[in-house]
Amino acid sequence: MPDLVLKGKAIKLGDHVSTDDIIPGRFAHLRSNLPELAKHVLEDAAPEFASKVKALSVAGGGKAILVAGRNLGLGSSREHAPMVIKMSGVDAILAKSAARIFFRNAINQGMPVLLCDTDKIGDGDELEINVIDGKIANLTSGITLSCGKMPPIMSAILKEGGLIPYIQKHKDFKPQKHY
Amino acid sequence: MGKTLAEKILSLKSHGDAKAGDVVIAGVDLAFVQDTTGPLTIRQFKESGFEALAKPQQAVVFLDHAAPSPAQQLSNDHILLRRFAEETDCHIYDVGEGICHQLVAENFANPGDIIVGADSHTVTAGALGAFATGMGSSDIAVALALGKTWFRVPESFLIELNGAFPRGVYAKDLVLYLIGQIGADGANYRALEFRGEALARMTMSQRLTIANMAVEAGAKVGLFPADKITRDFLREHGRGDKYRPLSPDASANYEQVIPVNLSQLEPMLSLPHAVDNVRPVAQVKGVKIQQAFIGTCTNGRLEDIAVAGEILKGKKRHPGTRLLIAPASRQVLIQAMEKDYIQSLIEAGAIILPPGCAACLGLHQGVLGDGEVCLSTANRNFKGRMGNPEAMIYLASPATAAASVMKGEITDPREFV
Repeated sequence: MPDLVLKGKAIKLGDHVSTDDIIPGRFAHLRSNLPELAKHVLEDAAPEFASKVKALSVAGGGKAILVAGRNLGLGSSREHAPMVIKMSGVDAILAKSAARIFFRNAINQGMPVLLCDTDKIGDGDELEINVIDGKIANLTSGITLSCGKMPPIMSAILKEGGLIPYIQKHKDFKPQKHY
Repeated sequence: MGKTLAEKILSLKSHGDAKAGDVVIAGVDLAFVQDTTGPLTIRQFKESGFEALAKPQQAVVFLDHAAPSPAQQLSNDHILLRRFAEETDCHIYDVGEGICHQLVAENFANPGDIIVGADSHTVTAGALGAFATGMGSSDIAVALALGKTWFRVPESFLIELNGAFPRGVYAKDLVLYLIGQIGADGANYRALEFRGEALARMTMSQRLTIANMAVEAGAKVGLFPADKITRDFLREHGRGDKYRPLSPDASANYEQVIPVNLSQLEPMLSLPHAVDNVRPVAQVKGVKIQQAFIGTCTNGRLEDIAVAGEILKGKKRHPGTRLLIAPASRQVLIQAMEKDYIQSLIEAGAIILPPGCAACLGLHQGVLGDGEVCLSTANRNFKGRMGNPEAMIYLASPATAAASVMKGEITDPREFV
């Protein structure tokens, strides 16, 4: 189950970070070896990213929150992109906007994604996030941000930890009125 | 209020009244995977406890991205995929048959269908009036097992196409122009719906090029109405009985209307490293290139190879350039051979690659070196896309690619057509 209320530090990325940036196609031969694939997360686009996430966990500094700009995850349908972000130690993703397949894939992997004005968040800011309420408190700046709500079916999938655990439990898509 | 094409198809398939913003659960007519997303799909399918497909005859495995495989790990992924197809009795198109989206158009997609594929360019089949969209491996695993999935009904942008393409201007130039106007995220979560008097002259090949790139503006689907051209295409491919006319209601609601006069377009390019970094070829000409790549699900069809073959007939690629041609399917390759386009291209110095994705995604068959420039007819020019983050990729039409490889630099194709 993902933590739906969590506290952590922002690691910032820019606009239009594509799935080719997150996990380049030249590593496609490693896609059936996820631990090996994950070593290459954002290798060309943000070479310091993996060590920043790792430093947080080593220092006991709490959760790592990836904070991106516009159109995060544009490009390919490869679900390996949110998977390697998760495997690198990230616990939640915030972005100004996200490409639709990436957004859906991240939720299907049990990775919370909230859309908000990430210009109000600086690298290293301390954040407290309530995923279901769509509220983000920036403890560093004192600013509170609100996010649009995701469709109920997505929050139901997220609460179960992703689409596969959701389907294992329910065996089918539950009609929306059940939420 | 009348319905858009997206609302119509999703209403029909969810047996309800689907309006933009609703979430519906709808049956899928086709679900597919390819060889870089399929292995994960299979693992998730099995992890979920599923054994059988809901509709084996409406499920397909394509081996096209690493075709033939350049690495043992990918060869082993191919073994896994072949075994899955055998166990579940679904269709399989093995290495050398062609690109998934081209084969879906040739063999499966029909107006009003819902098609989901573990590949972002699944939108290509929107050319035939199918609600076709890309998803990740988990979603496709569940769609294969249950025969259905959930959709948020998208708002639609209406793209109103009038006029006729001037000489040297093609569907690729139109779609690059549109993406430049809309932006890489301007249509996020939306449907692009195409309409207008220009459609009566727009071939299925051109429609496939345009629908293919809808996702590069962030769109969930790029939908064409089903008309006489759709009917003729289905007849040619033995599916005349699957034709049904399909058009939006006159009173449908669109979030935006974008009119384009084709007669005023000129050859366009996407510059590195973003698809929406679009400029007219005339402003960029003279940039030296080392490789031209004509192929992919965007521009690997017979019409595309014909344009290149005619421009390069009796000519030569410029010394110091490489010209790669990858037909989108075996059928395209055979037809291009029958018409002697392949002969002309080989004589001009081209390398003919097997039908498949080839150099598009940086796995094999044309990986770029440091500082090299490729003029490609593909749909993406992200940094690192063709296997090297130190290389530069420009996107253009097959005519621009052919003219440019002849001169060794980015060239306006209107000099040659």
